Amino acid sequence: MRKIFDFHGGIHPPENKHQSLGGPIRDAGIPPELVLPLSQHIGAPAKPVVAVGERVRKGQLIAAASGAVSVPLHAPTSGTIAALEDRLIAHPSGLCAPCIVITTDGRDEWIELEPTPDYRALAPQELLARIRNAGIAGMGGAGFPAAVKLSTRPGSSVATLIINGTECEPYITADDILMREQPDRIVEGVKILMHLLQPGEVLIGVEDNKPEAIAALSAAAAGCAIEVVSFPTKYPSGGEKQLIEILTGKQVPSGGLPLDVGVICQNVGSVAAIHDAVVLGRPLLSRITTVTGEAVREPGNFHVLLGTPMNYLLARAGYQPDRNRRLIMGGPMMGFTVPDARVPIVKTTNCLLAPSDAELPAPSPAQACIRCGLCAQACPASLLPQQLFWFAQAREFDKLERHNLFDCIECGACSWACPSAIPLVQYYRASKAEILELRREHARAEQSRARFEARQQRIEREEAAREARRAARKQAAQQRAQTEAGAGAGDEDPIQAAIDRARAKKAAQQAGSSDASGERDKLEKAVVTTRTRLDTASAKLQQARDEGSDLVEALQLGVDKTRAKLEAAERALQAFASPEGSAPQAGEPADAAAAAIARAQAARAQAVTMDPAEKARSQLEGLEQRLEKTRARLAQGRSSGEEEKIIVALEATLARLEQQVSATRDQLTAMERS
Amino acid sequence: MLEFLTQYPLLAALLAMVGLGAGFGAVLGFAAVRFKTEGNPIADQINELLPQTQCGQCGYPGCRPYAEAIAGAGEAINKCPPGGEAGIKALAALLDMEVIPLDAEHDGEKVKAVAFIREAECIGCTKCIQACPVDAILGAAKQMHTVIASECTGCDLCVEPCPVDCIEMIAAPPSVQTWHWPLPDPTSREPQIIASDALPAQDRAA
Repeated sequence: MRKIFDFHGGIHPPENKHQSLGGPIRDAGIPPELVLPLSQHIGAPAKPVVAVGERVRKGQLIAAASGAVSVPLHAPTSGTIAALEDRLIAHPSGLCAPCIVITTDGRDEWIELEPTPDYRALAPQELLARIRNAGIAGMGGAGFPAAVKLSTRPGSSVATLIINGTECEPYITADDILMREQPDRIVEGVKILMHLLQPGEVLIGVEDNKPEAIAALSAAAAGCAIEVVSFPTKYPSGGEKQLIEILTGKQVPSGGLPLDVGVICQNVGSVAAIHDAVVLGRPLLSRITTVTGEAVREPGNFHVLLGTPMNYLLARAGYQPDRNRRLIMGGPMMGFTVPDARVPIVKTTNCLLAPSDAELPAPSPAQACIRCGLCAQACPASLLPQQLFWFAQAREFDKLERHNLFDCIECGACSWACPSAIPLVQYYRASKAEILELRREHARAEQSRARFEARQQRIEREEAAREARRAARKQAAQQRAQTEAGAGAGDEDPIQAAIDRARAKKAAQQAGSSDASGERDKLEKAVVTTRTRLDTASAKLQQARDEGSDLVEALQLGVDKTRAKLEAAERALQAFASPEGSAPQAGEPADAAAAAIARAQAARAQAVTMDPAEKARSQLEGLEQRLEKTRARLAQGRSSGEEEKIIVALEATLARLEQQVSATRDQLTAMERS
Repeated sequence: MLEFLTQYPLLAALLAMVGLGAGFGAVLGFAAVRFKTEGNPIADQINELLPQTQCGQCGYPGCRPYAEAIAGAGEAINKCPPGGEAGIKALAALLDMEVIPLDAEHDGEKVKAVAFIREAECIGCTKCIQACPVDAILGAAKQMHTVIASECTGCDLCVEPCPVDCIEMIAAPPSVQTWHWPLPDPTSREPQIIASDALPAQDRAA
C-alpha cells in the first residue's frame, strides 16, 4: 500500500453526491440550436473559420486556435451555421461574448475521421498536435488547454503522471460516473499519455467516497503500470497542488507549476477525451454533465453536446423552475450563478446545480470578523485568510501580494468555515483580479513609455539629420562662392566683378553687331529691361515722395538716368528697325549710355538752378513726351503684331505714365496756386 | 608641540575640531564624487507611477516632464486625470504628501477610451499621426489612417488636430475578458455569487 500524505486545512462539507448517482449516463440528445462560445477555455478565444449559412458536419472545425494558449472548436453535430454573434454565455459577469450558433439538422452526420488505434507509431509532437487539434481543454472546471499542459520543456522529465479522479466538490458526480461506466477509455487515454510523457510512475487519485469507481478503474488498469490510489475524502483534495501533495508529499513551490516538482496532472475527463481524439480521431464535441439539486425531479448525469442550452438539458432532468431561485454552474463551493437558463453548456460545465431555497438559502449578512482563526485552519494553501481579508478591504495590494494572495486556489473553504459568514473568497477573487488588472495597466504604461521615448528619440534623430543637411548645404554654398571668387577677379568685391562682366558684355555686343537679327533682339531686350527698371525706379521714387523721404533726390537722379537710357535704347532700336540704315546714326554718340549720363548730368545741373515750379513743369513736359512716345510705340506694336508680353508691358507703362502725368500736373497746379 | 598643546587647551580643541572637520569634509567630498547618482531618481520613481498616456493634460509635454516638475519644481501631484485618485494616492505615498483631490481644472476622471478614425471620412492629412505621442496611428499622406487600438493610450491629442473631425474616442465596452469580480459590498444584502457562502440550514444543525 502506498503512503498517503495529507495537506494542511480542508473541510468536510456535506457531499450530496448520491442524488445524481441513481442511474446510468443518459444521452441529452440533439437540441434544435447549439450556441458555441469562442472562448470556452483559459487563453485566447478561437477564431471562426466558417461563414453564416455554411453547412457543417459533426466534428468539422468551426473555429481555429489563435495563439499558443488556445484551443480550436468543432461542430458538435451536423447542421447549418445560423449566426456568428454575441450571445449570453455562462459567465459570472452576465455579459455576452462572441458565439457560433448552429441550427442542427438531427442527422448527426460525421466528417471523415482519422482513427489511429496504433498511437505508439506516432511521434510525441504528432500526438501533441492531435490533442491540440481536438480542442481539449481541462474538463475538471478550469479549462486549461490540455496540449499546453502536456508539452514539457526539453530536458525536464516527468517523474509522476497524476490522473485526477478526485472530484472533491459536493454534488458533482460527472467524473465518478465516467470512471464507473467507462474505465477502459480512461485507462487507454492514460496509456497514450504514458507513451507521450514517459513518466516514472502513473497514479490515478480517487477519493475513498467512490468505491465503485475505484473498483472499476482497478479492474481496467490491472496488468499495467497504472496505480489507482484512494485516499480519505476531504475538500479540496481535488485541487491540483493538494492532490500532488497527497500522492507524492511534494509541495509545488509558490508561483510554480507542477512540472517544477516533476509532476503533470490531468483530469479523468480530459484523459478520456484524449483517448477519443487519438484512437478514434474524434475531437471534443460533448461532455458528461451532472444535473442535480432539489429543483430537478430526476437528477443524474447526461452525455451532452457542447453548446446545448442549459434549459434544454434541465428540461430532460425534470427541472422545476418555480422551486429554483438560482441556477449554479459548477459545484456549490466554486461554482457561480448563471445569468440565464438559456446559456450554453461549455467544455468546463461539469455540473448544473439547481438547488431549492431550503437547500442553499440566501447567505446571511456578513458579521464582523471575530478573529477565531477557523479560516486559517481551513485554508488548504496555508495562507492567512484573516490578514488577507483586512488587506483586501483596505485595498492594500502590495501587502496582499506579500501575503501570497496568488497562492489562493479560491476553493471557498475559508468562506465556508467562517462563523461570521464573511464572503472571504469573494474578497480574494476580486483583489486578485484587480491586481492583475493593475499589472496589465502597468505593462501597458511601460509599453507606452517605451513608445513615447522611442518617438522622442526618432524626432531628435530626424532633427539632427535635418540640421546636418542644412549645415552641409551652407558649407557647400560657401565653398562654391569662394572658388568662384578665386576663379574670377581674385579678391575683388563682387560688385566690381559684376560691373566688369557687364562692361565685357557690352564690348562684345558692340564688337559683334554684324548679325542683324541678333542685334535687333538685343536692342529690344535692352528696351524692355530698361523700361522695367524705369518703372520700378519711378514707383520707388513716388513712394519716397509720398513718404517725404530724403532719398528723393537720389532716386530722381536714378529715374532720370534710366529714362535717358531707355530713350537711347529706343532710339537705337528705331534706328536699327528703320529702313534708312542698320547702323546707329552718325551724330549719335557710340556709347548711348555715356551720352545719357552726360545729358542727365546736364539736366541735373540745370535742375539745381531751376525753381521747383519750373522743375515740375519741365518734368511734366518730359513725361508728356514720354506718354506720347509710348502711345505711338503701343500703336505701332499693336499694328505690327508685336509679342503679347511687350504689348502688356507697354500698356502697363502707359497707364503708369498717365498716372504720373496727372500727379505731376496736380503738383504743378498746387504749386502755382501757392 | 605636545607640550604647547597641553598648555593651550583652547587651541588644542580648536585644532582638533578643524582637523575633524577637514577629515570628514574630505570623505564626504570624495563620496559625493565617487557615488554621484546620474539623473533624478525621484523623478524616475514618479514617472513609474504615472500612467504614461502622454496626454499632456497636466500642462507638461508628456509624463516624464511632469514627473520632473513634481520632483524638481514642487508641482502639485493632482494634475493627472488618467492616473485618477489611485495615481494621486500612489504619488502621495511615495512623496509623503497629503492626498488631495484631482485638480478642479479637469472635469474628473474619464472612462478609458480608445481613439477611432472613421476611415471613410479620413482625408489622409497625417495631422493626427504627428500629434500621437506613442505612434499609435498608422497611415501616410493621402492614405487612409487607422489607430492601432492596442497601442492607443486614449490621450485625446489626435482629436483636436483632425481637420474633418473624423476621430472619436470610444470607450471599450465591458467584455468577458476584461470583466472581473467586484469587491463584496459589506452593506449590500445581495446574495454573494459563490454558493458556499451559505450553509444549508439543516447541515449547520447537523
